[in-house]
Amino acid sequence: MTEVRVYRRPIPTWWWVRKRTYFVFVMRELSSLFVGWLVVYLLMFLWAVGRGEDAYADFLDGADSPWVVALNVVALLFLALHVVTWFNLTPQAMDVRMGSRRVPAAAVIASQYAALVVVSAFVFWLVTR
Amino acid sequence: MADSIRLEVTRYRPDSDSEPQLQEYDVPLRQELTVLDGLNHVKNEVDSTLSFRWSCRMGICGSCGMNVDGEPRLTCATFLSDYAPGPVRVEPLANFPVVRDLVVDLYDFMEKLPRVKPWIIRDDDLSVDDGEYLQTPEELDAYKQFSMCINCMLCYAACPVYGLDPDFVGPAAIALAERYDLDSRDRGARERLDVLIEHEGVWGCTFVGECTRVCPKHVDPAGAIQRYKVKAAKESVKAFLLPRGAR
Repeated sequence: MTEVRVYRRPIPTWWWVRKRTYFVFVMRELSSLFVGWLVVYLLMFLWAVGRGEDAYADFLDGADSPWVVALNVVALLFLALHVVTWFNLTPQAMDVRMGSRRVPAAAVIASQYAALVVVSAFVFWLVTR
Repeated sequence: MADSIRLEVTRYRPDSDSEPQLQEYDVPLRQELTVLDGLNHVKNEVDSTLSFRWSCRMGICGSCGMNVDGEPRLTCATFLSDYAPGPVRVEPLANFPVVRDLVVDLYDFMEKLPRVKPWIIRDDDLSVDDGEYLQTPEELDAYKQFSMCINCMLCYAACPVYGLDPDFVGPAAIALAERYDLDSRDRGARERLDVLIEHEGVWGCTFVGECTRVCPKHVDPAGAIQRYKVKAAKESVKAFLLPRGAR
C-alpha cells in the first residue's frame, strides 16, 4: 500500500463557542460546579445553624454581602439550566416501558417536574411548620 | 432566485500542499440541485481534479458526508437553495484526517467497528437445515431504529469528544453494538459490554447529543450510549455486590 500523506486538522481551543449547541453543552457541564457550590453553601448554612444563634447571625451577615448575593444569583441561574437540560435529556437515556409500550418522552419529563414539585413542597413544609 | 451560487471548497493536494486551502467555484442554482450536484458540476465542467466520495445520490450509501457550512451533512440530501444567496462552504468531514480535497481517511472507524462485534453471536451452532430464527414484529421493533445506520460518519464529525480524544470508540459503533444487544436472536451482550465498559467505550461520552442531531437516519446514537451506560453501571454494581456464581 502506498503511504498517503494525510492532513490532521488541529482542534481550536475555542471550538465550543463556534456552534450554539456546543456552547449550551459546555454551559451545562459548567453548571455542575455551581450545583456543587450550592451544596457546599447549604452545608455551611446547616453547620452555622448547628453551632448556635451567634454563628447563624454571622452566616446571615455573610450571605448579605453583595458578592455572595451575586454569586448565588449566578449559581441559581446555572442550577435552572442544569435542571432543564438534564430533565430534557432523560427520556433519551431511559427507555421507560409500561407493558410493551414505550412511555412518551413528554410524560417522562413531566413526571420529573412533578417529583421536583412534590419534593420542594415537602421541604417547604418541613422548614416552615 | 439567482441562477448561480458560489461554493467555497476545501482543496488539499498532499503531493504539493502543506495544508488545505479554499477554492471558489460558481455552480448553477436550481430548486432541485443539491450540494453534491454542485460538486459534480465542478468535477464535470470546471475542474476535473476535484476529489470527493459519492455513490447513490439518495441517502442510502453514506459516502457523501461532508461539512457544509460547518455542519456535517449528506451532500446528496442538502439543497443548495437552502443556502442561497451563498456562498456555501464545503469542507471534508471534521475530526478525520484529510487524504485529498474532500476525501477523509476512515481507517480509524474501520478498525474500531469490529471491536464491538456488530454481528449476531449465538451460544448454539445451528446449521441452515435447522431452520431460521423466528422473530415477532415487537422483537424487530426493539432494535430496528439502531439498524438504520449507514456508516456515513456524520456523528463522528459532530462529536467533540471524538475530535479531542480519537481513542473514543464513537457514536455509530456503540449504536451498532446496541442494535445487536437488542436483537432477540443475539447472545453476545456480555462480550460487547467487556469492550464498551472501558473508559474509551461508553464512559468517554459526555452526552453532547450532537451525534443524534446530525444523524440523517434518526438512529439516536446518544440515546444508545446512555442506555449502555445504565447497563454498564448495573453490571459494575452487580460485580461488586454479588458472589461470582450469581452474576
